Amino acid sequence: MTVRVQAEFFDAGAELNSFAQDRTDVGAVVSFTGVVRDTKGDLEEMLIEHYPGMTQSAIAKIAEEAVSRWALADVLVIHRYGPLKPGEPIMMVATASAHRAAAFEAADFLMDYLKSRAPFWKKEVTAQGASWVEAKDADEDALKRW
Amino acid sequence: MNVIYFAWVRERIGLPQETVETDAATVNDLIAELRLREERYAAAFEDISALRVALDQELSDFDASLSGVREVAFFPPMTGG
Repeated sequence: MTVRVQAEFFDAGAELNSFAQDRTDVGAVVSFTGVVRDTKGDLEEMLIEHYPGMTQSAIAKIAEEAVSRWALADVLVIHRYGPLKPGEPIMMVATASAHRAAAFEAADFLMDYLKSRAPFWKKEVTAQGASWVEAKDADEDALKRW
Repeated sequence: MNVIYFAWVRERIGLPQETVETDAATVNDLIAELRLREERYAAAFEDISALRVALDQELSDFDASLSGVREVAFFPPMTGG
């Protein structure tokens, strides 16, 4: 299990290629990459604030929960903070398992929990000003699935 | 204890963290004390349903005890992922 919280850019393709590559019992690898999206065509940057004392441990707990629920060979979570430009990767998760169902479900679970339980806050900066991205009720409701 | 603010809570109060001397028994009691300080605190804590709290880096509840707690963090619902 690997959890990285970083300001630096990461190469999702390279990360995925090296993920679980030394395991011969893995039959399925699922990944998700979250990207800064410019919804209205005016986004200058996305500022991501986090809680340094809590972020790493909060994500590790979510990943450990995934490992306890599904038969996973490995889990990778990378999440960035700081100023990001449109099109840049924000975060990624990858799960490896013997079969695809566990890998898909665990990745879905990780994303739902990272969205609402990892201490990050997004602020969108445009020429007109800056505004905090509000959490959606649907994101909180999504946790009830698990 | 160390009190930390994030996102718009930090902006509304105007500082990222501070040391607070308090005998507050619960998070709710601490909030009641902070609200009385100044308008900016009253504004930040106006609607508790819009806030989340962590005690010593663990998500917690507003009725939780502050006994032995060294760090309290207030912030809006998280928007990770």
